[in-house]
Amino acid sequence: MVKKYALPVVLIALAFLFPLIDPLLEAVLGKSLLFSAIVIAVYVMLALGLNIVIGFAGLLDLGFVAFYALGAYVTGWLASSHFKQVSFSFLSAAPTETVSGNAVPGIHISFWIILVLAGAFTALCGIIIGAPTLRLRGDYLAIVTLGFGEIIPRFFQNGDDLGGFNLTNGTIGIKAIDSPGLPFLPDSLPAWQQFGTLNLNPWYYTILILVLITVYINIRLRDSRLGRAWISVREDETAAAAMGINPVTTKLWAYALGATFGGIAGAFYGAFIASIFPTSFSFNVSILVLCMVILGGMGNIYGVILGAIALQGLNFYLLPQINTWVHRIGDAVGSPLLSGADIPKYNFFIFGIILVLMMLLRPEGIIPNRQRQEELHSGDDDQSITDAARA
Amino acid sequence: MDSIKGSSWQSRLAVVLIAILLVALLIQAVANPGQFVSQLLIGITNGAIIALVALGYTLVYGIIELINFAHGDNFMIGSFVGLTLLAGFGIFAPISGDSGTFIKILGVLLALVVAMVVCGFVNVAIERIAYKPLRNSPRLAVLITAIGMSFILQNIGLVWKGPAQVPFPELISSANIFPGDAIIFRWKDLFVIAATIPLLLGLSYFIKNTKQGKAMRAVAQDKEAAAMVGINVNRTISITFLLGGILAGASGVMFGLFNGITVFNVGFTQGLYAFTAAVLGGIGNLTGAVVGGFLIGIIGSMADQYIGVRWTAIVIFGVLVLVLVFRPRGLLGDRSAVQGGGE
Repeated sequence: MVKKYALPVVLIALAFLFPLIDPLLEAVLGKSLLFSAIVIAVYVMLALGLNIVIGFAGLLDLGFVAFYALGAYVTGWLASSHFKQVSFSFLSAAPTETVSGNAVPGIHISFWIILVLAGAFTALCGIIIGAPTLRLRGDYLAIVTLGFGEIIPRFFQNGDDLGGFNLTNGTIGIKAIDSPGLPFLPDSLPAWQQFGTLNLNPWYYTILILVLITVYINIRLRDSRLGRAWISVREDETAAAAMGINPVTTKLWAYALGATFGGIAGAFYGAFIASIFPTSFSFNVSILVLCMVILGGMGNIYGVILGAIALQGLNFYLLPQINTWVHRIGDAVGSPLLSGADIPKYNFFIFGIILVLMMLLRPEGIIPNRQRQEELHSGDDDQSITDAARA
Repeated sequence: MDSIKGSSWQSRLAVVLIAILLVALLIQAVANPGQFVSQLLIGITNGAIIALVALGYTLVYGIIELINFAHGDNFMIGSFVGLTLLAGFGIFAPISGDSGTFIKILGVLLALVVAMVVCGFVNVAIERIAYKPLRNSPRLAVLITAIGMSFILQNIGLVWKGPAQVPFPELISSANIFPGDAIIFRWKDLFVIAATIPLLLGLSYFIKNTKQGKAMRAVAQDKEAAAMVGINVNRTISITFLLGGILAGASGVMFGLFNGITVFNVGFTQGLYAFTAAVLGGIGNLTGAVVGGFLIGIIGSMADQYIGVRWTAIVIFGVLVLVLVFRPRGLLGDRSAVQGGGE
């Protein structure tokens, strides 16, 4: 028992204490890690959402960015002055009146409600997209999802004039999105009453709790009847159907649940970044998240989290570091090619290599899914199937 | 067969919708016939470029049932090879619009041939390194590898020519062949069509009349049976990739000469258009890929003209999604995309 819970408890405690450790790290490294920690956490959430689709149900989704974008735009629509025609506020932490006393234009709904709305909206979109497509075979499904992943950001890019109606403000994007907040808290906690840009702790704890909820739901789903149905559909769809599982409904659940987490992550990201552009939701994001899931180990929750942290860490720290080294070498050797190189630009080269090498050498990922190993060692202790944490 | 079978409400709805679209197009065509014909010709030219890439997808899919995601980026490599030969360095460079006709023709031919050879071998190398070890793995594993290869090629392009659009030398005149400007059909367009037809005929001859082509058809039908009768399956698969690469290389150079620009990520969109074409015609079906290529080219140019350039990509990806959802076998195809043998 102790052994089973020790590692998760230590990791969660570390995650909660991170804002306290951060000033020390800042003193050593010269920059605060909190901002990147928040972005990494958003990607952890995205990767966990995609893990349901790819890892549990075995559906390759190449358009996951669509749900991320939809979630972010839900925040943009419901918590900014974008829709100037109307003026509607509901429990929002943002001020409801302008300085001159007029009502603030646009829709302003509390961030916490938006999180739920974004999840529900993207789940609905997932069902609408998934229902006609999920009967396709795996590789065709991948291309259909890729098609949707391309259509939706392009639609946002062109959506500034839909018969005269400005839905998405085109390439300019939606700016000045309201910050979340907990206005009912006492005045001694100003950072928590209205999340700001100076103190990132409220943001960090919000996304941390969202990630923990996601992890919990992931674990519960994996061990549920639905989770076992996903695994059986993944391993052999015909056999699963013969056992009374409806493959399309089962896959639809995976798709909708994955979409929900993608949407919630997008909604948080929209509020955190405060301005969203269609160009932030390119195909590359889908591939980055796919890389995280595959590197960590499809279907393994710890692996996926590790994959997300490793790849975003690579993006944020290792590549700029390598860039500096290459520039130094270039300066020392006197090669303008090396000293002017922009290594972080080529990050997708590394991600491409990761995809190829992982598939060739270790398709089960860094931390493999125990279930697949257990299936190879049949007759061993059945208890350990539900117990990936012990590894 | 399908016209008899196709009596569900979905196919009726589709027929009605397509009819409405065609009538709308016809009204436009009557209102301004010159513009319509010009746009149709541009569509056919674009379609020729797309068809050549689509053939590469369909050849590979027909033989090992893999969506070769890196194919579009191989097309990009082809356009970069052509650009480097024509404008980069070497004895022919810089060939510009002012050079003599003979030099220009020689330059274009050289660029086409070199790009075809390079892309053919790049495709074979990708197959050997990335796909061959995974031949018995699940389908998705190979697809993920293909996506990885696509990103590797794209970044090679990024290192090679940088992130910005690169201009292609204006070797072929943009002047109109027909007198006046009622109908526009440029020398460039003629060049694309003239270069595509021999390639298509050559491919058709190779598949139908040579021993190796026969071996390809046999492997596509049944790998094990083909191996039993003494066909070298690995070599046949390599040759299929070689053919796909050759067509992509030619198409890449033609794309550059036709559009006057190329960029490192051109392969992504063009590749998806070509894949849409292959799916529309019926993936695995060579005639289907060519028909689909021309159809996608025409749909694209019509969308450019009558809906707006910025919606073209959405229209084409919409076609992709609709075809896969409602008719995954495509217009002419016979390979089922639906698990368990189709509808």
